[in-house]
Amino acid sequence: MSVVDHTKELSVVEGKPALRSLDDLISKPLETKPDKKFFIALSITLSMMGLFVIGLGLTFWYGVGMWGNNNPVGWAFDIVNFVFWVGIGHAGTLISAILFLFRQKWRTGIARFAEGMTIFAVMTALLFPLIHVGRPWLDGWLMPYPNQHGLWVNFTSPLLWDVFAVSTYFIVSLIFWYVGLIPDFATLRERTSTKIKKAVYSTFSLGWRFSNRHWQHYEMVYLILAGFATPLVLSVHTIVSFDFAVSILPGWHTTIFPPYFVAGAVFSGFAMVQNVLIFVRKIFNYEHIITLDTLEKMNKIMLVTGSMVGYAYAMEFFIAWYSGVQPEQFTFLNRAFGPYAWAYWIMVSCNVITPQLFWFKKIRRSIPIMFVVAVFVNVGMWFERFVIVVTSLSRDYLPSSWAYYTPTYVDFMILIGSFGFFFTWILLFTKALPVVSIAEVKAVVDDAQPSHKGH
Amino acid sequence: MSEKILYSYTGIFDTPDEIIHAAEKASEYGFKNYDVHTPYPLHGMNKAMKLPPSKLGYVALVVGLSGALAALLLMFWMSAVDYPIVIGGKPFFSFPAYVPVMFEVTVLSASIATVLTMLFIFFKLPNNAHPLNDTLYMKKVSSDKYGISIQAEDNKFNEADVRRFLEDCDAKEITAVYYDKEEINYKHKILEPKFIGFLLFTALLTSGVTYFTLNKLLYMPPFDWMMEQNKLNPQATSTVFDDGFGMRKPVEGTIARGFTPYSFSGQPEAAEVNLVNPLPVSKSVLELGQQKYDTFCSPCHGYYGEGDSRLRGQFPNPPSLHSEKIRTWKDGRIFHVITDGQNIMPSYSSQLTVNEIWAIVHYTRVLQRALNAKESDLQ
Repeated sequence: MSVVDHTKELSVVEGKPALRSLDDLISKPLETKPDKKFFIALSITLSMMGLFVIGLGLTFWYGVGMWGNNNPVGWAFDIVNFVFWVGIGHAGTLISAILFLFRQKWRTGIARFAEGMTIFAVMTALLFPLIHVGRPWLDGWLMPYPNQHGLWVNFTSPLLWDVFAVSTYFIVSLIFWYVGLIPDFATLRERTSTKIKKAVYSTFSLGWRFSNRHWQHYEMVYLILAGFATPLVLSVHTIVSFDFAVSILPGWHTTIFPPYFVAGAVFSGFAMVQNVLIFVRKIFNYEHIITLDTLEKMNKIMLVTGSMVGYAYAMEFFIAWYSGVQPEQFTFLNRAFGPYAWAYWIMVSCNVITPQLFWFKKIRRSIPIMFVVAVFVNVGMWFERFVIVVTSLSRDYLPSSWAYYTPTYVDFMILIGSFGFFFTWILLFTKALPVVSIAEVKAVVDDAQPSHKGH
Repeated sequence: MSEKILYSYTGIFDTPDEIIHAAEKASEYGFKNYDVHTPYPLHGMNKAMKLPPSKLGYVALVVGLSGALAALLLMFWMSAVDYPIVIGGKPFFSFPAYVPVMFEVTVLSASIATVLTMLFIFFKLPNNAHPLNDTLYMKKVSSDKYGISIQAEDNKFNEADVRRFLEDCDAKEITAVYYDKEEINYKHKILEPKFIGFLLFTALLTSGVTYFTLNKLLYMPPFDWMMEQNKLNPQATSTVFDDGFGMRKPVEGTIARGFTPYSFSGQPEAAEVNLVNPLPVSKSVLELGQQKYDTFCSPCHGYYGEGDSRLRGQFPNPPSLHSEKIRTWKDGRIFHVITDGQNIMPSYSSQLTVNEIWAIVHYTRVLQRALNAKESDLQ
């Protein structure tokens, strides 16, 4: 075993690559024609998106009656998918903002990609409120708010807060992403030789010229944005959880929801980022930029947030018992041993038990195993939302209105299709923009910063 | 070729330590208009260049606070002033419920404002016409070299001195950068007819498409606004019944829910004898009677039953309710007229329930007595 000097920070980028080689490597996917593998992947995601289009077509033509939603379970796959995708989006801002404030240098290799995933995940999530309204062709009337009757929106409603939170999150993430991309666009502008690309990069780089008088403000803005995005990322899933927690339904009406939802969102977001990055680093030869150490650190975060989620599951049961409220106690017993017990135990085994494997260093550093674990985490987190939404609704206070919910084939088409939508964007992203921040990675290469000798 | 105008002298360095050293020397020498270009921000460079701290934090502070305040005031005005509605028994101005929206607006406004201020006011971007752009120097500093550029407009600028200064710093590839012809004659393209035309075109296209989508497209098939539904409309043909009628007669011997058959139709005298007002004369009954009278009766009979119609002759005025005849009618007769109609007055049995009609009868008595009070009432 080699001896590690713990007094020194480990290199974030392995092997001290020359700065110009980083340029070459990161801009390579943009400068070469897509290969066969890319088109195979794209055809798969586009086929999935085809299912999406058919599912939505059926829904729009025949109405939301094509879904399995029934009378007590009025919220089902649509809100489950919405919460799931918003949750996936949380890793990006966490990596780019919170880890930035904590000065975690290993974030540089994965930040750009995770931010991109945030944007695509929130876009996917935003589709669901739009399609679940029943007559989605009237969505155009939502913006700007039609106020012919002088009646204003209800500012005390968590659903309205949700609109503000998710749209703010989307816009701020987009700004954050773009600000990070400006210097990279300028680098690409200087590299490219074709006229059209040059015009495009010149437009988007805004004529950035790497001036230190600019870098100074740029770093300040990055700090400010990170400072704002940190509470923002915590607020988004908090407010999404308010959609449930502010109601009076047993199983939803709990104060533990905000932290529980945020932990779950980070958990599933990291799992998704890890899954995709494993492919990205292999396909584009980024193994020395997105290092095994980085993946291991992500697995550690999954272990922490997974344990927090497990704690929340246990605490929900404790509170149900301790509160002495009978409907609450019934709801939780019903979750674990009622008709939806299968979903509950899928959730517990995927979310609580599987990530505990990450206590072992060998597993944390084994790519195939960590990949499988993260897939399980994503499955489990989807089921968490399913369990929360469906079990509570299907059996509430009034036994006469209980009903079992079964999704239809259209529900599954839309679920699979949403993955197609998301991954299509991801694939196009890998070919259209640098998936690793060139400027940020250069700054953390060994000896890239002045040593300040003699000071 | 006319004489070129000098923009700056540039020098290239290979390592971050060298450029920091050069920047320190440049600020000691007293240059003001110089800049350092690095592919990524270097730690300690701001100190070496003696740059004052960035003031962008103030922009975020001011805009963020204004955003929070604006959100609060707007929500207060909307839900407590302009159109107050009680929701869930909460106060009109329920501050805790406003906190999430206030927070989001703060973050959104501060983030947008800070970034826009930085890019467009602090940096004066977009600026692709800068002399340094499209130079070999820019190609290098955008990738792996570190450069310093001392501008000709600096007070201490002197070609020979600056060249010597850069040589003293061990800079490589010391070159002069000149303004290009287009850069000198550069005008903002915003006012060009082409650009204005483009803007107009975009505006017209956007508004046209929006108008078409929202006002035309949405009224074309298949968007039928639920006008066509799987149900039978009145007068429509039914394929279920043999006689083909969509509207069905009630099954014999049954009545609809909430419907009481009236058995004195066309027999005013019998109604007068047989019907007795079941309601007590109480404040609530009279208030109900007044409300229903004002709604259904007063348009023709007037608010005080004097036959002073508000219909301005479009409909014949009914006789006064204060006549000797009507005052001596029993309650049942008045009930009959309202329920069954009389002359051109239609039946009100579909608009009013039985109890409401009896309440109106009581109220009619109040009106009559108000105009023809008894001696005892006046004491």
